[in-house]
Amino acid sequence: MAARRISGGVGVAVLAVLLAGCGSGGAEAKDEIAVDTSDTTCKVATTKLTAGVQTFRIKSSASKITEFEVLRPDGRIVSERENIGPGTTVTFTVDLTAGSYQAACIPGMVGKGIRTPLTVAGGGKTQKRDPKLDKAVDAYRTYVNLQVDDSVATTKKFVAAVKAGDVAKAKKLYAPSRYGWESIEPVAESFGDIDPKVDLREADLEDGQEWTGWHVIEKALWKDGTTKGMSAVGDQLLADLATLKKKVGNVEITPTSMGNGAKELLDEVATGKVTGEEEAFSHTDLVDFEANVVGAKKAYTLLRPVVADRDAKLAGTLDKEFASVLGSLEKYRRGEGFVSYDTVGDADRKVLSDKVNALAEPLSKLAATVAR
Amino acid sequence: MTGSSSFGRRHLLGAAGVGLLAGAGGGAGAVRAARGSPDTGHTSPVVPFRGAHQAGIATPVQDRLHFAAFDVTTTSRTDLADLLREWTRAAERMVAGRAVGAGAEPELAVSPPDDTGEAVGLPASRLTLTVGFGTTLFAKDGDDRFGLAKRRPDALRELPHFPGDDLDPDRSGGDIAVQACADDPQVAVHAIRNLARIGFGRVAVRWSQLGFGKTSSTTPQSQTPRNLFGFKDGTNNIAGDDAKALARHVWVGREGPAWLRGGSYLVARRIRMHIETWDRSALTEQEQIVGRSKGVGAPLDGTAERDPVRPADLPPAAHVALAHPSANGGARILRRGYSFVDGADGLGRLDAGLFFLAYDRDPPGQFVPLQARLARDDAMSEYLLHTGSGLYAVPPGVRDDGDYWGSSLFG
Repeated sequence: MAARRISGGVGVAVLAVLLAGCGSGGAEAKDEIAVDTSDTTCKVATTKLTAGVQTFRIKSSASKITEFEVLRPDGRIVSERENIGPGTTVTFTVDLTAGSYQAACIPGMVGKGIRTPLTVAGGGKTQKRDPKLDKAVDAYRTYVNLQVDDSVATTKKFVAAVKAGDVAKAKKLYAPSRYGWESIEPVAESFGDIDPKVDLREADLEDGQEWTGWHVIEKALWKDGTTKGMSAVGDQLLADLATLKKKVGNVEITPTSMGNGAKELLDEVATGKVTGEEEAFSHTDLVDFEANVVGAKKAYTLLRPVVADRDAKLAGTLDKEFASVLGSLEKYRRGEGFVSYDTVGDADRKVLSDKVNALAEPLSKLAATVAR
Repeated sequence: MTGSSSFGRRHLLGAAGVGLLAGAGGGAGAVRAARGSPDTGHTSPVVPFRGAHQAGIATPVQDRLHFAAFDVTTTSRTDLADLLREWTRAAERMVAGRAVGAGAEPELAVSPPDDTGEAVGLPASRLTLTVGFGTTLFAKDGDDRFGLAKRRPDALRELPHFPGDDLDPDRSGGDIAVQACADDPQVAVHAIRNLARIGFGRVAVRWSQLGFGKTSSTTPQSQTPRNLFGFKDGTNNIAGDDAKALARHVWVGREGPAWLRGGSYLVARRIRMHIETWDRSALTEQEQIVGRSKGVGAPLDGTAERDPVRPADLPPAAHVALAHPSANGGARILRRGYSFVDGADGLGRLDAGLFFLAYDRDPPGQFVPLQARLARDDAMSEYLLHTGSGLYAVPPGVRDDGDYWGSSLFG
């Protein structure tokens, strides 16, 4: 669950941010797009671009700190460069697919800023990519679709049990219904509106916000021991997952976003699962834990041939640490699931946490390795 | 330590370093070294990283501490030695005020920065990093994980239980300890954070402690700091430029294993102080307990801070009387402790005290009998509770480019 940081996650997770970088100095490279910005203006030298890696050179004569963003028409941020000081010039690189965008200069880094439409045409400048990476992306797309299908199918069974008022059966089907979702969560999260609908925890509710999704039913089942009033919540959950299914077919996936997604899945484990915060009522955190790691491992495994070529040592480390983390779960496996996480003591949680850190730190280098 | 000639060179280097850091030496390096009280302003001094001894022992005490104890999670001796090599390289950069690796803004922005970045733009702040090895590195639960069991120094043994100990295992021990001291807490925190990050997969943080307001001084010419009881602490500490006293009480010599010569032993104790009850006790009682006046810090039978302490003239249970070398067979230790306040304890009491750090060359002969005596007889014990403990063998300093922390042990 990462509904709290949707806006930050979107660009990085899926939208092909190759090099959201900044250079404070260095020679001006050819093909850079000059952006001149002041407190009231945002002049972008070229607004018709070709798809691929584009670099903006942003010169600010604004009196206060400013920010440059590239957005989708619906307001999703593709990538951004914050903290551009008065009188400074920075470069900012982003990988854009064909389509409509907006560039925004935001003096003071507050508000919608001054916007300019950008049109990105297909073909032309796209980087030549290792065919092995294209293969990995295709295979990952298939995997993502299968996981969404799985989550839709298992959630249907779960919701049927809820509607039938069968608390015991619903409890049994709850964690499995989340497995597919948890294994591809960063991709699903990129559709910013779905994650807070299906996976928001009670602790993350804003004042006045309507609470929907899996965790509403989780609380009803484990805390209140009832399915009363949950039929509508279940229907809504299925409807939201159907929307996800529809959208996921068009999701943009790149090797970089796969690498970042894998890292984000481990972040999910490190911040939510290993602490037992995710499944506050059912304590089925270890099921999510496994799904997150398995999903990350899938992305890594598909990218591995390229990683092995470029950084054999990193591949060796990741092989070892994935095995270590998954191996450490085995002692908690019971039947088709895992022990209740509230029975796992602090010392054992520390062991799991150490192993997660040991994997997540080298995994954070995956995206850069395949982007190179 | 391989031969006498190399010892001589390193010894000289070390002596020069200590001298200049105490403000007594000459040469180019002396200009950068800390001189007098550190609160005269941050001028970005860099404490030399290399030398016969690790910095952070006899070098002048900085204002802030971040101490961390690590458990080694790898079972590979090669991985462990590699980690110590990587740590040494990163430490040398950070101590010089430089960022780790490619810094906080890597060329490839999809890559996480090598350096965590919170010390960018800050001066070196006299950062020192000092490493020590716990008993469990040599063998843990009878398991000689790294083939080091035979190399454990005899003096590196689990400390005995002392009266007044209420040790939390989660704040005790650890295979490797790192002491980061700096004049800026952010610099000290940054150093440990980066080392922890480099270490993921090979080591894991077991426990850590932040400290402030140094409670001991290795520079007698500067003002003696006060502890949280409000008393000057460290008046009679070993001076960083007293080479004779250091050689006698701090640096391991021929009595120790070859790999440890020029090193030392670090005792770390988290000592909770019962602040509130102390504050309610009369001034005369506080002074009788300590054995010094609260104002100038003079021995109770004297008038000035540095008047000689004569244990026989003090209350027999006074802290300084019992801790005095004459009461302990001449034994002295070099203290480097810090105050800590970890918020309140849920009962509204400060979770505060002294994070005692001390170096000596023979813990069973120096620290252990001293602490046993204090724990039994010291009137101050009523106000103290020891809640964490560690003992670590501190290898000698890093000599050159090819050298690393603990090379003499692993090499």
